[in-house]
Amino acid sequence: MSPALGRRTLTAPEANRSNALHAGAWWLWALGLAVAASRTTNPLLLGLLVGVAGYVVAARRTDAPWARSYGAFVKLGLFVVFLRVVFSLLLGSPIPGTHLLFTLPEVPLPEWAQGVRIGGRVSAEQLVFALYDGAKLATLLICVGAANALANPARLLKSLPGALYEAGVAVVVAMTFAPNMVADVVRLRTARRLRGRPTGGVRAVLQIGLPVLEGALERSIAVAASMDARGYGRTAQVPASVRRTTNVLTLGGLLGVCAGSYGLLAAEGAGYGLPLLAAGLLAAMAGLRLGGLRTVRTRYRPDHWGVRAWLVAGSGVTVAVLMIWANAYAPDALHPGVVPLEAPELPLWPAVSILVGLLPAFVAPVPQDTVAVTVAKEDS
Amino acid sequence: MIRFENVSVRYEEEAEPTLRGLDLTVPEGELVLLVGPSGVGKSTLLGAVSGLVPHFTGGTLTGRVTVDGRDTRTHPPRELADVVGTVGQDPSAHFVTDTVEDELAYGMESLGLAPAVMRRRVEETLDLLGLAELRDRPIATLSGGQRQRVAIGSVLTPHPKVLVLDEPTSALDPSAAEDVLAVLQRLVHDLGTTVLLAEHRLERVVQYADQVVLLPEGVMGAPADIMAISPVHPPVVSLGRLAGWDPLPLTVRDARRRAGELKERLEGRLEEKSAGRVDSPRSAGSPEGETSWDAARSARGAVSAPPAIEARGSGGGAPGSGKGRGGGVLPFLRRRTRPTTPAPATDPTPLVRAEGLGVRRGRVEALRRIDLQVRAGETVALMGRNGAGKSTLLSTLVGMIAPTSGTVRVAGRTPHTTTPRELIRQVGLVPQEPRDLLYADTVAAECAAADADAGARPGTCRDLVSELLPGVADDTHPRDLSEGQRLALALAVVLTGRPPLLLLDEPTRGLDYAAKARLVTHLRALAADGHAIVLATHDVELAAELAHRVVIIADGEVVADGPTAEVVVSSPAFSPQVAKILAPQPWLTVEQVEGAL
Repeated sequence: MSPALGRRTLTAPEANRSNALHAGAWWLWALGLAVAASRTTNPLLLGLLVGVAGYVVAARRTDAPWARSYGAFVKLGLFVVFLRVVFSLLLGSPIPGTHLLFTLPEVPLPEWAQGVRIGGRVSAEQLVFALYDGAKLATLLICVGAANALANPARLLKSLPGALYEAGVAVVVAMTFAPNMVADVVRLRTARRLRGRPTGGVRAVLQIGLPVLEGALERSIAVAASMDARGYGRTAQVPASVRRTTNVLTLGGLLGVCAGSYGLLAAEGAGYGLPLLAAGLLAAMAGLRLGGLRTVRTRYRPDHWGVRAWLVAGSGVTVAVLMIWANAYAPDALHPGVVPLEAPELPLWPAVSILVGLLPAFVAPVPQDTVAVTVAKEDS
Repeated sequence: MIRFENVSVRYEEEAEPTLRGLDLTVPEGELVLLVGPSGVGKSTLLGAVSGLVPHFTGGTLTGRVTVDGRDTRTHPPRELADVVGTVGQDPSAHFVTDTVEDELAYGMESLGLAPAVMRRRVEETLDLLGLAELRDRPIATLSGGQRQRVAIGSVLTPHPKVLVLDEPTSALDPSAAEDVLAVLQRLVHDLGTTVLLAEHRLERVVQYADQVVLLPEGVMGAPADIMAISPVHPPVVSLGRLAGWDPLPLTVRDARRRAGELKERLEGRLEEKSAGRVDSPRSAGSPEGETSWDAARSARGAVSAPPAIEARGSGGGAPGSGKGRGGGVLPFLRRRTRPTTPAPATDPTPLVRAEGLGVRRGRVEALRRIDLQVRAGETVALMGRNGAGKSTLLSTLVGMIAPTSGTVRVAGRTPHTTTPRELIRQVGLVPQEPRDLLYADTVAAECAAADADAGARPGTCRDLVSELLPGVADDTHPRDLSEGQRLALALAVVLTGRPPLLLLDEPTRGLDYAAKARLVTHLRALAADGHAIVLATHDVELAAELAHRVVIIADGEVVADGPTAEVVVSSPAFSPQVAKILAPQPWLTVEQVEGAL
């Protein structure tokens, strides 16, 4: 009896509002994978990272509109790889190479453009290097896409401090604009067809553009009216002294942050940079906290940071830490040589540490009634 | 609860004030309906209650508006948010968040209610509006009726004392509209909420109203008294006025009790008519004269047959959506799926011929095995709930969507492979939002562009506009036209190419009765001219007045196709008021009754 019970409590529950994973946990997990990706150029490890992210997305995404963005990010990643290779082909590369593939006709450039080359010889090494580099960028993008697909961006903004909440709402409203504008464009293009005009071409874009912008403007006014009528921007009365302190703290804090980061980056200010930055951050946070007093809003069912959130976020951070550590013990395996060319091999321990990132696919709550899940159930 | 004292509103760019010297007191816990023709300031009045007029829209308001003792002059809309809940004409423009539950909570969050209170009220509201199943759904995936209910729910959660609604049922199919009205009824009865709403489709709402305010006069009174003098009124009132009933009936039930004597008189006419002495009850210009009469006669049998009533009971059980009702009726309708209508014209090849037509979008089958034929001179109404596939079918007929299976031929051509330029001479579609069709700054420029697009003689479109829209100046901006005028302009633009097939998607949305009557006249003339017309509509009264045939679509399939009298009368959701009152006699519109008497 006890093993069955244990299994029942350990399997991930069906997702609903009350056990929803904190959006921040998903972002931490994805950023962890992204950090790991930035530490290697081994295409096998990068592929493994993409596989891990893709598996978790497939296992845990909902059928909400924002979850569909994953495919777009994958396509964007492939495009980045393609672009990186094309640039390397056209502009050449500082990588010395002995395996000459072919030579493009070179464009003669004037004296002042020395160091820039267009066309010329193309070596296998240079292409492989570009490919590795592009794959790294693509993996970073796919990790961000995974977070986007798994966590509702609006929920993440809900976790902002009170003083920033209204800005957050503005961002959410702005984000819903893009899909609406796409719908407008589609509608107006079909309307053009109804008038017997071609739907492509520059003139079509110009003629559709104005009504689309007009529609977007009208919609934003309507949403603003609705938000106003529903109490957006109601403020509580706070004493003038508190208001003044808030302003001083926030402004002073931001100044401190600016000066501190300048100090850190500039050569001569390293001494006072760090303390100034810390003090500025502290003051700004206190200002935000005080500013929160002015808003009367409360939060409806905020996401809780529970055990599962710790596990998800922790798995991402673990992957990042292990990969950074792997850079110390196996730098060659993580950065396969380009000059001379050698086949990348899959190092055992780094690969195992990447697999830790699969944890969310088992611990995060399972979304309900997604088509994929029901199909899988029927198959088994 | 709401008090208007000598209120006038004037927008800067307009010469005449929109509201003038209005005095009005809306008592607590009443459902008050605003009626009046388009453009008399119904929306302005509603906006003034929530403070959006003039705080948000601009313009000058003189006089005093108080809501629950708060003067809107000193209280901007956000300070009134806890007493007034407002839902505008377009619920999609109302949503701030992206899921149902967050949307319901948004207003309460702004007011700073305690988390425990918010949670309780959200659960209550989900139950009250039948939204519990949808709580986690993204709003973008909801249907029109569901959105309207979410919009109402989102303003209900802060427990406002006043609810202000602008055309809450105009975009909904009959069953979804009934759901929304049932909710309003419940709010007024159970929670004592004061509801103020404006609506063009009076046949849907007038029986629920406690008081009616007639604009622009600004008189308020009992619904029956106001309806006796109102220029806009539902068919049941027209029939009552025609028959001289006093007090006027507002519901089908009241009218039915009174209708005995009228029915006897009409019965006499029917007998005369079957002897062939009077015109058929169909309107003049019907291409099928006697045949539709026969169809209507057979419908008498259909109405008195018990399945129609049984079906209503069995179909109403679907939770939440309220759409099960149609499903219950439909099996009965399926019996007579193939039309009995003979070809109205002599032309043997139909203008539209769709066979086994199917359309898929991703995993969704929007249309399945549709067989449809439309002949020249025929008017066909497509009906069915929101999202049943009516618009998709129209889009397929104009080639905007390529069918995934089956064939569709319009005037011998396959629409999606025909070039737009050629196609507009065969088929024209007026979309749901006629404004989409209009690009130019002036009516004249629009007409010139339409002539060029269609390759028509210059001036063709302008002549059509003068015919459909007498008295519109050349330099008017299309945006400044009223809803009905804009529809007429779009219609003229589409007709410039002289297409033998005309498609209209929801043409009466936002039109008042007068504008609707003008549209009906135009469309009848076009049909008499030999145009085939297909219209997708939720408006049963329009279908009854115009269509020779009604095709009901559910879940992408044709579930009924037959003469209007037959299909419409046998379904409680789709039958017009006059048919309900005078059943089992086959009259569909007041006009027919008037003609017969």
